[in-house]
Amino acid sequence: MRVHKKKSLRIVEGDLTPMIDMTFQLIAFFMLVINFSDAEQDQRIKLPASELATPPTAPYEQPLTIHLMKSGTFVFGGNELKGLDSLQSALLRETQIIHRHTSKKVADVTVIIRADKDAKTGLVQEIIQICQNLHFERFALRGKQSDKLTLGGD
Amino acid sequence: MKIRHTDHREEIKLEMTPMIDIVFQLLVFFVFTFKIILPEGDFNIRMPAASASQSSQPSETPLMKVRLRAAGDGSLSRVQLGDLAFDGKTPFYQLQSHIRGLIDDSAGPGSSEQEVELDCDYNLKYRYTINALTAITGYVDESGQQHKLIEKVRFAPVTKP
Repeated sequence: MRVHKKKSLRIVEGDLTPMIDMTFQLIAFFMLVINFSDAEQDQRIKLPASELATPPTAPYEQPLTIHLMKSGTFVFGGNELKGLDSLQSALLRETQIIHRHTSKKVADVTVIIRADKDAKTGLVQEIIQICQNLHFERFALRGKQSDKLTLGGD
Repeated sequence: MKIRHTDHREEIKLEMTPMIDIVFQLLVFFVFTFKIILPEGDFNIRMPAASASQSSQPSETPLMKVRLRAAGDGSLSRVQLGDLAFDGKTPFYQLQSHIRGLIDDSAGPGSSEQEVELDCDYNLKYRYTINALTAITGYVDESGQQHKLIEKVRFAPVTKP
């Protein structure tokens, strides 16, 4: 008997589309979730520029960041605070947390002050004074790095 | 028996359209959510409360006082180092040059024990305070290298207008 072999002319199609879709969705998910730096920034604040403003060589250990907007509004811990009194109470709560839940001293905590270039210097000084009253000692006045010399001259 | 060779010309088709669609969607997403994060840096100041700092031994070198006076709109009106006033278009550059003349920074960074007190008007725009800090704490030379001048800087007590 003669055996007829069936011709297998079927098109083998490797459907890669769902795999690529899934891969891209995973990439998007991880890119949203991942946070490379824990630097607290606020786009509403335009920092003053300085050629000497250098990024810290080592990251601060659990720093506190206080933002000061041009309008005089403070931003601390994601909350907008309208007056110095509310900032003081927020900082007081923070010091209590430091005392209760960490072994660190308040004097070792760095307070990062991100003030707008057009904010009043007096308000920055008042922030520092409030922090000093709560026994903070280390301050980092944040500025924007500049490649150009900001003081003029030759 | 005659063996026939079957024709195995398999055609692999890749559907590119859905992939391109999703790539464009991702592209649009990232374009809309992209934020330019500018490099930021710090001026580190160690400033304990007045009572704590007074208990420490007084420094032998006299305290330099830099005064920044503001006009009504918060702009800078005058820069003074002690009784010496710096005028013109580049007062901070003049202040820096003067401090460089006073401080011998040839011994290396942090060699100066000098302390500066910044006395700024309440309404002064913060950018001028940072300019003053830049002038006091260091300079960048022609090769782009940073040199430190005075590291001990503190603020004078706040005087409300």
